[in-house]
Amino acid sequence: MADDQAAGRTILVVGGGISGLTAAVEAAEVGYTVLLVEKEPQLGGRVSQHFQYFPKLCSPSCGLEINYQRIKNNPRIRVLTLAEVEAIIGQEGDFTVRIRQHPRFVTEKCTACGECGKACTALVSNPFNFGMDQVKAIRNSHAMAYPNWYFMDADYAASAEARSLPCPVGAIDPDMTATVLEEKVGSIVWATGWQPYDAEKIHPYGFGRHANVSTNMRFERLANSYGPTAGRLLRPSDGKEVKKIAFIQCAGSRDHNHLPFCSRVCCLASMKQATYVREQYPDAQITIYYIDLRAMDRYEGFQKKVETDPGITWIKSKPARIDEDPVSKDPIVIGENTLTGIRYADSYDLVVLATGMEPTSATTARVPGNNAAYDEYGFVVKGGQVLSSGCAAAPLDVAGAVQASTAVALKAIQAAAKRG
Amino acid sequence: MAYDLSFAQDVYKNSEMGHWIKMCKQCGVCAGSCPLGPHWEYSPRQLFQLVRGGKKEEVLKSSSMWMCTSCYNCIVRCPRGLPITHIVHGLARYASVKGYADPDQVTNRFATKIFWGNIVSTGRVGEALLTMRLYFVDGLASGIKRGLEMKDSALGMLMTKRLNPIPIRGKIKGYAGFTAMIAKAQELEAKREAGA
Repeated sequence: MADDQAAGRTILVVGGGISGLTAAVEAAEVGYTVLLVEKEPQLGGRVSQHFQYFPKLCSPSCGLEINYQRIKNNPRIRVLTLAEVEAIIGQEGDFTVRIRQHPRFVTEKCTACGECGKACTALVSNPFNFGMDQVKAIRNSHAMAYPNWYFMDADYAASAEARSLPCPVGAIDPDMTATVLEEKVGSIVWATGWQPYDAEKIHPYGFGRHANVSTNMRFERLANSYGPTAGRLLRPSDGKEVKKIAFIQCAGSRDHNHLPFCSRVCCLASMKQATYVREQYPDAQITIYYIDLRAMDRYEGFQKKVETDPGITWIKSKPARIDEDPVSKDPIVIGENTLTGIRYADSYDLVVLATGMEPTSATTARVPGNNAAYDEYGFVVKGGQVLSSGCAAAPLDVAGAVQASTAVALKAIQAAAKRG
Repeated sequence: MAYDLSFAQDVYKNSEMGHWIKMCKQCGVCAGSCPLGPHWEYSPRQLFQLVRGGKKEEVLKSSSMWMCTSCYNCIVRCPRGLPITHIVHGLARYASVKGYADPDQVTNRFATKIFWGNIVSTGRVGEALLTMRLYFVDGLASGIKRGLEMKDSALGMLMTKRLNPIPIRGKIKGYAGFTAMIAKAQELEAKREAGA
């Protein structure tokens, strides 16, 4: 039986997004022991920040919930949140890993009743909503967070108020400190995913300087009922309804000044977001600026469906820059329509930059030591000690990440089974 | 409608930086970034596509490549890293060598006669004289008008010692070496162009 063969052999999965979750449950459900490490306080990764998936336009929460159930019901999976891998020693079949567990300041006794949050007076910028609103310093990331235990910001834990917060079950512990643990594992799946490319680096587009220039990931949060506008598509400067909106494709992608590659999802994501706008504002004018539209894989049908919307104008052009009307704060998109050769300067209520996926393995989630091979963009590829999965390996949509991670789970099993 | 199928290949080979034109992905960011954009007959993107399409006459007779002021906005923004400014200057030179460029086109006249004459006569750029000749490029009346329009800037530059009103007299040290160098460069270029 697989159970016997796997005895004492564990698969370490780094990253609790959709890729890591998939690799973890797939390996555990065939009898292997899995240690799942996530640096955030709760699982779900980028997927949990999305409003809807393309092409079916359903909520990601149902897929995540199924995975959380599979984890809850499987004694072979151990989940460490607020944890990061600091060192990897050894080789395939016989690794020792050092993991730093950051303090949560709330213990596993937490029932997420919310009493502490009600009493907390400290507000902080909300990273889950990209800083577009404020949240309590003790909280859950979002409504269906897993594990469903509150967490506290470290700065707040040092305050006097943190010691006086009410908790019916006594779960609050502001004195909690970081711990370091060592674990023996047989193989390692690196599934650290991606971060949205920093739009401030695309200087001519004015993100960060112009109030009404946003990004696709921020727009997901705007559309989400748990987002800063409770799901209403309102523009940041004055809360005006977004009736005239532009999406700019390849913002910082396929560009040697930024991300040189195509992230493969942004065209479809903008088409999907166009449907969010149409849902809320039947008379809204939507413009999509593109170099070429790339509906990857099986998704051309989705593009054809979105193209039937007569309120969407498709302009083949990479805009040169975005100005801002000083009075109305309307962003003005400037460039050349490459099909007509005519230059345009069009103003909108809101401009959404379709930014691409930067692998976190290129920056904040490097594999410790010389245990990984990277490609020129920082994705983890074949040739190192760790197996990469999902968007740590290549830019993927959710379905692609799930497929890839299922395959990687099998590779991880084979690697773990090697004698050290 | 004439298409010269060998034109693109010749530009790739013999126009300075011309081979980069193959890399253009027609996104249009150069056209939108150009401060003189509305005054071009063709944007850089259109020029490159016309080259690739074999539209020799359209490209070489166009005044577009003479409109570039070398602000480098397009180079900075081009997602493929094309040295657009240099390609465009290369095309201007190519049109000139091939005998298509209008010698009276103002930038051509400035570059080939005024600027060139200025620098080869002494071995250095005589700014005062050069500026003056540029101002009067369209005749006396428009020269005076231009001068008056710019007088505040000129005075400001004088005050901060950024402009020397007295033309520097005489040639540079080693002028003979300078002319020999220019002659050699012209010889090499003529040889290269003859071989092309």
